[in-house]
Amino acid sequence: MSGDARLRRPLIREQTVATLLVLALIIVLVLIIALPLWSLLSKSLQNASGGYVGLANFATYFATPSMVSALFNSLGVALMTTLLVVPLAFAYAYALTRSRMPAKGVFMGIALLPIFAPSLLGAISLIYLFGNQGVLKGLLFGHSIYGPIGIVFAEVCYCFPHAVMIIATGLRLADGRLYEVAEALGTKPTRVFFTITLPGVRYAAISAAFVVFTLVITDFGIPKVIGGQFTVLATDAYKQIVGQQNFEMGAVVGLILLVPAVLAFFVDRQIQKRQVALLSARAVAYEPKPAPMRDALLLAFSSVIGLVLVAMLGMAIWASFIRYWPYNLSLTLAHYNFGEFEPGGWEPYLTSLAMAGCVATFGTGLVFLGAYLVEKTKVPMPLRSLAHFLAMLPMAVPGLVLGLGYVFFINAKSSPFGWLYGTLAVLVINTIAHFYTVGHITATTALKQIDGEFEAVSASLKVPFWTTFRRVTVPISMPAILDIAVYMFVNALTTISAVVFLYGPSTKLASISIIHMDESGATAPAAAMATCIVLTAIGAKTLHVVLDRLVFSRLQVWRKR
Amino acid sequence: MLLGIGGRMAGEAGAEAVFVAIRNLSKHFGAFQALKDIHLDVKRGEFVSFLGPSGCGKTTLLRAIAGLDRQSGGTIAINGRDVSNAPPSERDFGIVFQSYALFPNLTIADNVGYGLVNQRRSKAEITARVAELLAMVGLSGQLTKYPAQLSGGQQQRVALARALATSPSLLLLDEPLSALDAQVRLRLREEIRDVQRRLGVTTFMVTHDQEEALSMAERIVVMNHGVIEQIGTPEEIYRNPATTFVAEFVGRISLLPGVAHGIDAVEMAGRRFLATRAAEIADGAAVEVGIRPEAIRVRGVTGSEPNALPVRITDLEFLGAFCRATLVAEGAPGLTLIADFSANLLRDLGLQQGAAITVDLPADALRVFPARASA
Repeated sequence: MSGDARLRRPLIREQTVATLLVLALIIVLVLIIALPLWSLLSKSLQNASGGYVGLANFATYFATPSMVSALFNSLGVALMTTLLVVPLAFAYAYALTRSRMPAKGVFMGIALLPIFAPSLLGAISLIYLFGNQGVLKGLLFGHSIYGPIGIVFAEVCYCFPHAVMIIATGLRLADGRLYEVAEALGTKPTRVFFTITLPGVRYAAISAAFVVFTLVITDFGIPKVIGGQFTVLATDAYKQIVGQQNFEMGAVVGLILLVPAVLAFFVDRQIQKRQVALLSARAVAYEPKPAPMRDALLLAFSSVIGLVLVAMLGMAIWASFIRYWPYNLSLTLAHYNFGEFEPGGWEPYLTSLAMAGCVATFGTGLVFLGAYLVEKTKVPMPLRSLAHFLAMLPMAVPGLVLGLGYVFFINAKSSPFGWLYGTLAVLVINTIAHFYTVGHITATTALKQIDGEFEAVSASLKVPFWTTFRRVTVPISMPAILDIAVYMFVNALTTISAVVFLYGPSTKLASISIIHMDESGATAPAAAMATCIVLTAIGAKTLHVVLDRLVFSRLQVWRKR
Repeated sequence: MLLGIGGRMAGEAGAEAVFVAIRNLSKHFGAFQALKDIHLDVKRGEFVSFLGPSGCGKTTLLRAIAGLDRQSGGTIAINGRDVSNAPPSERDFGIVFQSYALFPNLTIADNVGYGLVNQRRSKAEITARVAELLAMVGLSGQLTKYPAQLSGGQQQRVALARALATSPSLLLLDEPLSALDAQVRLRLREEIRDVQRRLGVTTFMVTHDQEEALSMAERIVVMNHGVIEQIGTPEEIYRNPATTFVAEFVGRISLLPGVAHGIDAVEMAGRRFLATRAAEIADGAAVEVGIRPEAIRVRGVTGSEPNALPVRITDLEFLGAFCRATLVAEGAPGLTLIADFSANLLRDLGLQQGAAITVDLPADALRVFPARASA
């Protein structure tokens, strides 16, 4: 048998390594996602001393008028925003996908702008425009911008990119042949719109509505800055936890916030299953025909919306350079001298950079490796399904809720992680967990496009899977990996809701510093700090685009035919 | 060096003759049974093809031999060693997939040398071996190109060279030619057959293309619904199909309903025909009688032959070099035959649609099968 030396069993089998790695991944995901959520759930069923009280906390909650009013405020604001955003986003997405209006690329870019800013930036802009010193205050006819009006306006802008992206995707999935058939049958354009276009995009519209509703109901930054006396669930949770140390009530609010998000998650999954079936592999892409009237109308509409979005971002940036709004409009850099308004000076910005850098580095590594293990290894299906489920879970958990879960999980009496509280590490871990799902989906999609037999070929050549992962899978997936890294970086920079409960004296982030400066009346420095974040985020995205081109032209010659 | 296994197969004596031994192999996917009780012995150096319609289990069987999808039951032994539970890396095979699965970011040389690098061979040794392999498949001088820069046929050759790089004792081909144009496919058939013969590597090829299996394999394993319908040389499979499924799947055949009559005859539409049949078919049992289109005789038929049959040509389908004729027996519309007539024959005999002729169904060309339940 000596001739079979090369068939000798190795010291440790690949299968064992893969199984151990998947188990490690599951443990990590349970620690950073499942257990914090469990802590939140169990906290809501306990009293202050940790005894089980069943649903007593919920009974107290619904018996307290101020709390119930916050719930109805939240529902009202979220519903109003949804009703406004979805039609606007539909028209805008329609202009982007179904017209021949010029400069579509520019309009797409403008629609995405709010993604690069913390949600509260829009609120700061609104204060400058419509606040007590606002130039356009008269347009409100005596109503105050501080309250539901301001919240809804700012939320509409904040949610706009998400709704546009979802609906535009739905519109792009159209089968051009349906329109050709309709035309051949002499169908009127309005009938085509109501019988083909609208039904085709209804799933996307429903999905967008749920996403927007969830974003609004769980957003913390905007109501904090512009809500005034108008309390909503998110600010109420903050008040309960940070202000009154009433952790049980905070947990109850957190669970209530979880309801719409979980609902949205399952509705979205159902919709995606149906959306896929809509488009067969043989469909032909829709090509809009020239229609000057339609294109002019859509261009006018998109220009108005685009102007509002640019103004919402630009106002705060401009205001950050103005000496004393609105009396002295001369330009200055004085508001960037953060040391005068904030004990940490520039420290929060640097902390944010460090945090976002760590999230992008470690988060992308974990997400991609995790997706690879789930998608490509031969580990028993139940284990991989469990890991996949855990990876999908954060999608249904608003940042605020996850942040609360972390507070309870880390600070629990029996917790061995108490020392983590307030460290950069916990901010990084929490943010990775918060944005895990989108990265996981991106990585999984990229991995699914790779030939499923690479691992089989490697095994036949007796090359272990980790060598193929390094030599083939990672280089091929580089564009997707960069996408994930930039997504994680930008979101880590702008996030507030999750980290607001977790930061410590030495780890205050820029987004939190904005809230503090705004609270103390230093609105211009708050705008200045927000500007730093926006510019950094946009800079990172620009760098990504440039890098992507470089990667494509230099490192990926093999893609060329 | 002892391999830490307790699994030399029971048939140790025949180890030299039998290179791959598959016993009682089965595979379930949930309630679906993809393989049922598969037995197969393959000799060293043999070229065996798994042939069958999609979903018949042929790919499942190949992947079980490779260890890529573990079987639910049964054993596989390669070269006398039980590998039933061994991972793919401990089985010593090269594999070529329908998609080729070439690494797009590596050059042709790196693709072919992929398995060699891991064997800790010297750089010079690897370079020489890669050059040798690429020369073998006729791709010298393409070393620094990337897969996307090659044609489908060239990519297929690279995949073959990569699979053979480590000199495996087993070569597995999973629908290797189905993604190629008809012309390239014909050329590659010969090339693969050539390389296989030269290296004497035991080879399994999965295909749904009967022509491919007939022209390339030494033995064909015809599969359907997870079971082996027949194992035999291409000629045996074609001339002597064991079941109506094999008869219909490989080549064209007319299957006519009849009744077994005596020891050496069948009755169809009230007429007696001479035909030999298997002993297990009882006298008087319902049967199906098969005859290949090219076996039907027309020239020089006098009508006195024992199996002569007056027919009418109801349809003539022009197919280039020959015509496919539909023949209906006179006075028995249930007896419909397909026959291939060469252009020569049509001209010589002046055959046309609607013509009445007498054909002979030679007794040695008639295959008698038990009637299927539904037939």
